[in-house]
Amino acid sequence: MIEKTVAEIAVALNAGDISSVELTQTYLDRITQFNGELNAYITVCADSALRQAKTADEKRAKGSNSPLLGVPLAHKDIFCTNGVTTTCGSRMLHNFVAPYDATVVEKFNDAGAVMLGKTNMDEFAMGSSNETSFFGPVKNPWDTKRVPGGSSGGSAVAVAADLCAMATGTDTGGSIRQPAAFCGITGFKPSYGRVSRWGMIAFASSLDQAGPLCKTAEDAALMTNVMAGLDKKDSTSIDKPVEDYTASLSNSLNGLKIGVPKQHFAEGLTAGVEQTIREALKEYENLGATITEIDLPNNHLSVSAYYVIAPAEASANLSRYDGVRYGYRCEDPADLEDMYKRTRSEGFGEEVKRRIMVGTYALSAGFYDAYYRKAQKIRRLIKNDFIDAFDEVDVIIGPTSPHTAFEIGTKTDPVTMYLEDIYTIAVNLAGLPGISIPAGMADGLPVGMHIVGSDFAEAKVLNVAHQFQQQTDWHQHKPTAFGKEN
Amino acid sequence: MALDKSEVEKIAHLARLHISRTEAEGVMSRITDILALIDQMQTVNTDDIEPLAHPLDALQRLRADEVTEVIHYDDLQSLAPEARDGLYLVPKVIE
Repeated sequence: MIEKTVAEIAVALNAGDISSVELTQTYLDRITQFNGELNAYITVCADSALRQAKTADEKRAKGSNSPLLGVPLAHKDIFCTNGVTTTCGSRMLHNFVAPYDATVVEKFNDAGAVMLGKTNMDEFAMGSSNETSFFGPVKNPWDTKRVPGGSSGGSAVAVAADLCAMATGTDTGGSIRQPAAFCGITGFKPSYGRVSRWGMIAFASSLDQAGPLCKTAEDAALMTNVMAGLDKKDSTSIDKPVEDYTASLSNSLNGLKIGVPKQHFAEGLTAGVEQTIREALKEYENLGATITEIDLPNNHLSVSAYYVIAPAEASANLSRYDGVRYGYRCEDPADLEDMYKRTRSEGFGEEVKRRIMVGTYALSAGFYDAYYRKAQKIRRLIKNDFIDAFDEVDVIIGPTSPHTAFEIGTKTDPVTMYLEDIYTIAVNLAGLPGISIPAGMADGLPVGMHIVGSDFAEAKVLNVAHQFQQQTDWHQHKPTAFGKEN
Repeated sequence: MALDKSEVEKIAHLARLHISRTEAEGVMSRITDILALIDQMQTVNTDDIEPLAHPLDALQRLRADEVTEVIHYDDLQSLAPEARDGLYLVPKVIE
């Protein structure tokens, strides 16, 4: 049962083949067995999960059958959960118990999903390998010497190793899609503003967006149906009706126009990934799609602009961690300034401090125009490239990452790590929906394919991903060491 | 653009971070590398380009000025490292 998709689990629960309590216990047992090695979860909520599962079973017995009722999930530890620790992967919040639920958490609770626990992540979502977590690195179940990607690495591993049926994540520059690619699962970032950010600990507020990590595009549609929608508590959430994203999954792709950016098949892309994506594109041709090479002329500036905008916004957002109202405070402060400085220096890790410094510098007097304003202008150019491209094509497809999962400890230089997100970052800057799905294998490791749509084309992106998964079985490939039911 | 040590110290102070003497060198060189990456932006002319602050160019939504939330002081102050009688306690500011 644990290897089944959310859609299949819903059928099994409805048919009475298994109860939510039994299923939840199975996942909890697997977490006990494997989490020591994989480090996917920071917090496991066994008792409350079993209580939620029992409630779900009772509701089902009374006739309720909503799609996620009784389905066990994991939340990235960036979402505030009432009464359960929310660390954001940081020492700063190692003891923080939010007095409220994030809107995303509330929506899954209302849908009857069972929360198994909170997953590991790069500290404050700043990383592409899950190595910056205060709670230690997460291991990739395909090869535990390798990273799972980041920052939603714990969620990606929990799905890939069947330590949950589905998980939430957040994506500021690729943090859902890149770990999904490295772990051989499906990860979807909806359009900016589609999902409420309320109760989601802020990193870069004009880029952050929550989304699902799961086994298939169909599951992503089921989860997005629950997550999406206007939230009056988030002034940037969009007042636009939520479609039923499962309704168009089966639409034919005959006549679909796919754009392939030449910049995504250039220097730096490894041969194995390139070959895998080119073969995947042939599947789309078999489905009746046409492939056109497109130009995103400012794509090469996306990483530079991002590393101004994201740190600038982070430096402002993270100024709230001052040791006064919640979280970590240093021992025996000499005075108020000493308390601020030592609290922040001891509470934050190296990468977080580095980004706060870069952001502070970019926003400091005399540098604003040269950095932040310049980056926002580049952001406009990047957005315009996409607008032009979507005049010609329906979706844009390329690799999610230039290579497969790399070994833990091998990328120690920050700039090298920042270039990890070279294909995903522009999508955040433009606020577009993007998904990564398994497209094949290279050197025994999963390769992710990146499908990007125009503003609010969530349904189209999920449809294009789903049709590929109807033709191929790459999404069913499992890491052998953890994939089998015990 | 390369940073010198005094600039690193100034930025650290603005960000309320403590950087020790032994760390300063490493921090300086890594931030200089990052600024070199960022400076690729300067290769493009953007004189007539309008900055993009929000990916959808959306404006802030307004709402009626109504009471929507009640503050639960006890719940919130129970999270604080030090709080008493409804106040957050910090080291003495004024002698």
